[in-house]
Amino acid sequence: MTVETKLTMTEQDVRSFSALHSEPEAFTDLRVQALAAAEALPLPKPDKTKIINWNFTDFPAHTVDSSTYESLNELPEQVKSIVDLEQKNLYIQHNNTPAYISLDKNLEQQGVILTDIQTAIREHSDLVAKYFMTEAVKAEEHKLTALHAALLNGGVFLYVPKNVVIEKPVQAVFLHDNEEASLFNHALIVADKSSSVTYVENYISTVPQAKGQANIVSEVFAEDNASVTYGAVDVLAEGFTTYVNRRGVAQRDARIEWALGMMNDSNTISDNTTFLIGDNSVGDTKTVVVGRGTQKQNFTTQVIHWGKNSDGQILKHGVMKDSASSIFNGIGKIEHGATKANAEQESRVLMLSPKARGDANPILLIDEDDVTAGHAASVGRVDPVQLYYLMSRGITKQEAERLVIHGFLAPVVNVLPIEGVKKQLTEVIERKVR
Amino acid sequence: MSTLVIKDLHVEIEGKQILKGVNLSINTSEIHAIMGPNGTGKSTLASAIMGHPKYEVTQGTIELDGEDVLAMEVDERARAGLFLAMQYPSEISGVTNADFMRSAMNARREEGNEVSLMKFIRELDSKMETLAMDQDMAQRYLNEGFSGGEKKRNEILQMMMIKPTFAVLDEIDSGLDIDALKVVSEGINQMKGENFGCLIITHYQRLLNYITPDHVHVMMQGRVVKSGGPELAHKLEAEGYDWIKAELGIEDETVGQEA
Ligand SMILES: Nc1ncnc2c1ncn2[C@@H]1O[C@H](COP(=O)(O)OP(=O)(O)O)[C@@H](O)[C@H]1O
Ligand SMILES: [Mg+2]
Repeated sequence: MTVETKLTMTEQDVRSFSALHSEPEAFTDLRVQALAAAEALPLPKPDKTKIINWNFTDFPAHTVDSSTYESLNELPEQVKSIVDLEQKNLYIQHNNTPAYISLDKNLEQQGVILTDIQTAIREHSDLVAKYFMTEAVKAEEHKLTALHAALLNGGVFLYVPKNVVIEKPVQAVFLHDNEEASLFNHALIVADKSSSVTYVENYISTVPQAKGQANIVSEVFAEDNASVTYGAVDVLAEGFTTYVNRRGVAQRDARIEWALGMMNDSNTISDNTTFLIGDNSVGDTKTVVVGRGTQKQNFTTQVIHWGKNSDGQILKHGVMKDSASSIFNGIGKIEHGATKANAEQESRVLMLSPKARGDANPILLIDEDDVTAGHAASVGRVDPVQLYYLMSRGITKQEAERLVIHGFLAPVVNVLPIEGVKKQLTEVIERKVR
Repeated sequence: MSTLVIKDLHVEIEGKQILKGVNLSINTSEIHAIMGPNGTGKSTLASAIMGHPKYEVTQGTIELDGEDVLAMEVDERARAGLFLAMQYPSEISGVTNADFMRSAMNARREEGNEVSLMKFIRELDSKMETLAMDQDMAQRYLNEGFSGGEKKRNEILQMMMIKPTFAVLDEIDSGLDIDALKVVSEGINQMKGENFGCLIITHYQRLLNYITPDHVHVMMQGRVVKSGGPELAHKLEAEGYDWIKAELGIEDETVGQEA
């Protein structure tokens, strides 16, 4: 059975939304074409998860109006605790409303751009035209990318010019506190040649239930010799049907590192792909996940090697409790000609209850002889001998389990560059595994 | 004074009987050594004392000052004063050595009365110095990627931080070079006193050159077959185990064989 995908938004709705934001004609056309295509395009096919009956198309409202913030003091406590109040490079989006933005004056003078996505579409149309859904993610890939392009209603744009090194992280916070809201957010991050930046984004729901869609796409471009570190902590409420697609393209000598804490309470389909186009490029993906309740999730992580001597690392650690189920697909793909490429991956799933399900599928697709590759995968319970060791020092069983679980998820927690975010992820893990 | 009393201890692992009636009594201020060839049940005894989940006690008792140790969970045994330096310590990724040790110390304290971070770090630093351990070992993940010798030192470090009433040290000397053996012995000797008793499991007399035991026991076929003073260890070093086997009519000393 296929769900009727009668779209709630008409072409006219899309055109008026686009006009309201004074988008250039080319962008309006992109939206309209994507909307037309969405109807007929199939859903994506995440390996081993049937999503044919998931509802990715219904939502109560395309946009909701929310307040903006004049100063960081006005932020809700939960948001305040994750931003560094000294933070100079910060974008906050309140549901669909760009609510706060600041960028270090020095960086601005050096040509760094940090804006909400609508402003970028208007004011930086050349850069947007070059990078937006052209190379990393394409609108016509499937129904969800097409819907994303047609219905985009938020997000952030970050451009780092040649040779500019941003020392302090740039943070984007997406606050969800209206259960009617839907998030069609797009993060577009471009690091020009020999530049360097760390970007950290937070998705945070402060309402327990959501009625809308979260259809989120990030595109990261690391031009020659550039370096992008991308951290994310997603804590979206139950009720969303979450599709999150984060992709990166690394050119020659470039480096993209991902540290993703995927802590949604919603059903989630996640695609995280890194294209290692240039020689000597590096892609390093770390993902940690906690699933609970009756949550169903699929995390597909891919690194695709085109460049010679490119290095791809995938680490995924998932904790499953209650009757949550998750598929962890890890794909290392080495194309013909990518000599001396190295593709490594490790997927581990820890089951905390007999009803939980977890599946780790490491896949290596290699079309070149002169390469190295390896994978490790495991699915199991907390090791009773490890618990015995910890308990033999007087630590209670409960605390011992806590230590093992936090240790298991530490690879992402430890590399997040903002103290408040690190703490938040630790607390979310604490709350979810309890 | 505290006493650990083991009576008629029988232990099975996966249905196979390993210990066949061990009797042993240790007081604080005493150092006991258990010697014996490989496969005679020494680690099994240590594991049964601590409560390893795979080892099943089928008969006999273990009492600590009259309290039934076998009725306690592993963590309760530890908090009651028992400690085991394991022959093969677990590796725990993502948990730093320092965090782990602080959790272990705080597990013995009331909530709200946790050991202060400064005090903890000072103590850890000084004990690591005694054991000639690199300071960065505190921030490394628990036993992960540690060499054999580093793991042994780390076990002794934990003992020194936790300060148990009774410590069982299972082959703490195996794989240590002479310098490491000296610092580890120094650590153990620092613990000696009227509030500390120790059971050292080893099959080399070498360690006992640095730590003088009050009592020496020999284990074979899952039992203590001979006990004596420090001179027994010397005799074993000089003459091996064959004379004991001859004396007791034992052909194969491992636990698979019936006496
Ligand atoms: N997990 C196990 N399963 C089955 N037999 C075991 C296991 N562990 C130990 N044994 C057996 O128990 C006996 C005693 O082992 P152990 O106590 O480790 O001896 P020791 O420490 O004196 O070398 C040996 O014969 C060994 O094969
Ligand atoms: Mg042994």
